[in-house]
Amino acid sequence: MLLFLAQLATLVVALVLLYRPLGNYMAAVYTGTKDLKVERGFYRLIGVNSAAEQSWPAYLRSVLAFSAVGILVVYALQRVQQVLPYSLGLPPTSEPLAFNTAISFVTNTNWQSYSPDVTLGYTVQAVGLAVQNFVSAAVGIAVAVALMRGLSYRLSGTIGNFWVDLTRGTLRILLPFSVVAAVVLIAGGVIQNVNGFQEITTLAGNPGVIPGGPVASQEAIKLLGTNGGGFYNANSAHPFENPTPWTSLVEVFLMLAIPFALPRTFGRIVGDNRQGTAIAATMGVLYLVSVSLMTWAELSGGGNAMEGKEVRFGIIGSTIFGTTSTITSTGAVNSMHDSYTALGGGMALVNMMLGEVAPGGVGAGIYGILIVAILAVFIAGLMVGRTPEYLGKKIGAREIKLASLYILTTPTLVLVGTALSFAIPAVREDVTGTSIWNPGLHGFSEVLYAFTSAANNNGSAFAGITANTPWFNTALGVAMLLGRFLPIVFVLALAGSFAAQDKIPATPGTLPTHRPQFVGLLLGVIVIVSALTYFPVLALGPLAEGLQ
Amino acid sequence: MFRQTLVALRALVILTVVLGIGYPLAVTAIGQVALPDQANGQLLRVDGQVVGSAIIGQSFTDADGTPLPEWFQSRPSAAGSGYDAGASSGSNYGPHNADLLAAIADRRAAIEALDGTSDIPADALTASASGLDPHISPEYTRLQVPRVAQARGLDEAVVSRLVESFVQGRDLGYLGEPTVNVLELNIALAKLG
Repeated sequence: MLLFLAQLATLVVALVLLYRPLGNYMAAVYTGTKDLKVERGFYRLIGVNSAAEQSWPAYLRSVLAFSAVGILVVYALQRVQQVLPYSLGLPPTSEPLAFNTAISFVTNTNWQSYSPDVTLGYTVQAVGLAVQNFVSAAVGIAVAVALMRGLSYRLSGTIGNFWVDLTRGTLRILLPFSVVAAVVLIAGGVIQNVNGFQEITTLAGNPGVIPGGPVASQEAIKLLGTNGGGFYNANSAHPFENPTPWTSLVEVFLMLAIPFALPRTFGRIVGDNRQGTAIAATMGVLYLVSVSLMTWAELSGGGNAMEGKEVRFGIIGSTIFGTTSTITSTGAVNSMHDSYTALGGGMALVNMMLGEVAPGGVGAGIYGILIVAILAVFIAGLMVGRTPEYLGKKIGAREIKLASLYILTTPTLVLVGTALSFAIPAVREDVTGTSIWNPGLHGFSEVLYAFTSAANNNGSAFAGITANTPWFNTALGVAMLLGRFLPIVFVLALAGSFAAQDKIPATPGTLPTHRPQFVGLLLGVIVIVSALTYFPVLALGPLAEGLQ
Repeated sequence: MFRQTLVALRALVILTVVLGIGYPLAVTAIGQVALPDQANGQLLRVDGQVVGSAIIGQSFTDADGTPLPEWFQSRPSAAGSGYDAGASSGSNYGPHNADLLAAIADRRAAIEALDGTSDIPADALTASASGLDPHISPEYTRLQVPRVAQARGLDEAVVSRLVESFVQGRDLGYLGEPTVNVLELNIALAKLG
């Protein structure tokens, strides 16, 4: 108990200290008018006028074009892996797997249907996947910043320039911080080499291998960008990805750093820091409740609670990582969630079902919670019979339609995907015969977890499931694609419609959105919407298993 | 849209050079120059031969997987056929899976037979997340002392002292759990005779 509180306190102090400087820095990055010299060169090479802002449809087209090109490149790299250098003699991946993996990394999901140790060489990992780890994170932050601009602009036809946001996020935030984080991780024992597999004879005289790889460079951005795709199959449980308890805490910190500082950026951009504090407080409460519940469930797990956990992390080090990873849409693991107790694993599911807003992924978390804030304001407006407004922007029919569509997207994908897996006879046979690893209710949870993870762009897995099948590669691929880009369409449309409005001055009848009262309302809406949506399906899986 | 696609393609190519080639190479250079031991996996050598990495677990069994009594034993492993560092993996058994419960019962019986005790800590009965856990708990290590001492014809007190010198506390006193690194302990043990 004391150990748990001490570790949480360490995280809270570190994040609180980081909140202002990082939040302010990011706000300055995205609102500054000066380009760095290297950026000017880059804009010239790609043919972009950095001073010209885009309308929301133009911004959206740029996001989609950049992501589509990314999917094609990652797909192509996997399909020609055999001719790439440093491929360790591995063959190209199959078409469905390449499709799934390309979408997975471009959508910031990092779902892995494959086992990296035996599937991907260094070139595909570093040149294909790690590049998307950077740029998919930068895309997420860009979209969030576009929404913040929409809320702060008046009577504007534009919401910023995507190429500028992408470039600055990558070069001024993600890249420098990743270099520092990678060096810290190497100092802790994360490897960074191109040694390949080294054959050895173990102390007891048996044959063995030591794997190599440029791991630390990928590990840093995997966590900082809330991506989560492991260099090795065991992800951050692998000692070469996460060697010690303190590197594990550093990795947890990296996942939380940007998502928890973005509310400050939001506050700065809309010109009222208290608005950001209220959002950060909402995220913080949900996070602390969630991590406490999962830790309690696992500590009460009895004799087999150490199945799928590493001795050096213990139970507490595993649940803090597991909660952080599922609630930030990262999806990395330092313990195997499939082996968690029914309720502990259920908490991992719930974290994703909250819609990845506490604090959620880089960018996606803050735009997600701002959408729920709009819904909360609307609900409060209905109660008192006033036209709702948020930060001086009217929430009219168009705005509430877009917010509702956003909120309906992922649950639809999760529930339809899970249902189809069991409703189509041929698919059901394949799912129950080939894919599901654990029998009974836990097997159902594996499928539910897969679709929840994919549609919310998390990437975490109940990893016993065999997802490298045509059904899962395709269905999860589609869920990741729609789960990423439909919400982005709605967010940018909202940004456009807010930017076009004037700001209406606050009156005594305006609902203040920076006070504890609003934090309570927002928490209530997040929990009630998720609970109403998912309670039935949770009852079929982890709740039923927990009551057995 | 076509123009945007061209911009996207050019942007991705340039970013790939910077982030996909420049960045990992730069980090590799820093790692290999400033922290070569860590960057290469903290390899351990005995008589000049690499016998493993200080942070990758290995098994101390014969070719059939039977524990060799003269070595401290690692945890059960689900990586390949056990401690296959080319195929890291946990078992992914759910908490109520009958196969897991059976495996735990088998492991319990095996340790009871080998070490003659029924008070067995959880890490000795369960497979780790990576399948490559380099550590066991101090409790599981102490439990193995009498058997190892007997197999090697050493004084139990001597082996016990060695074990205690290898008990690693929590990081900074509060992070993680106390551990014993099995490979490092066994290398020191072999030097005792």
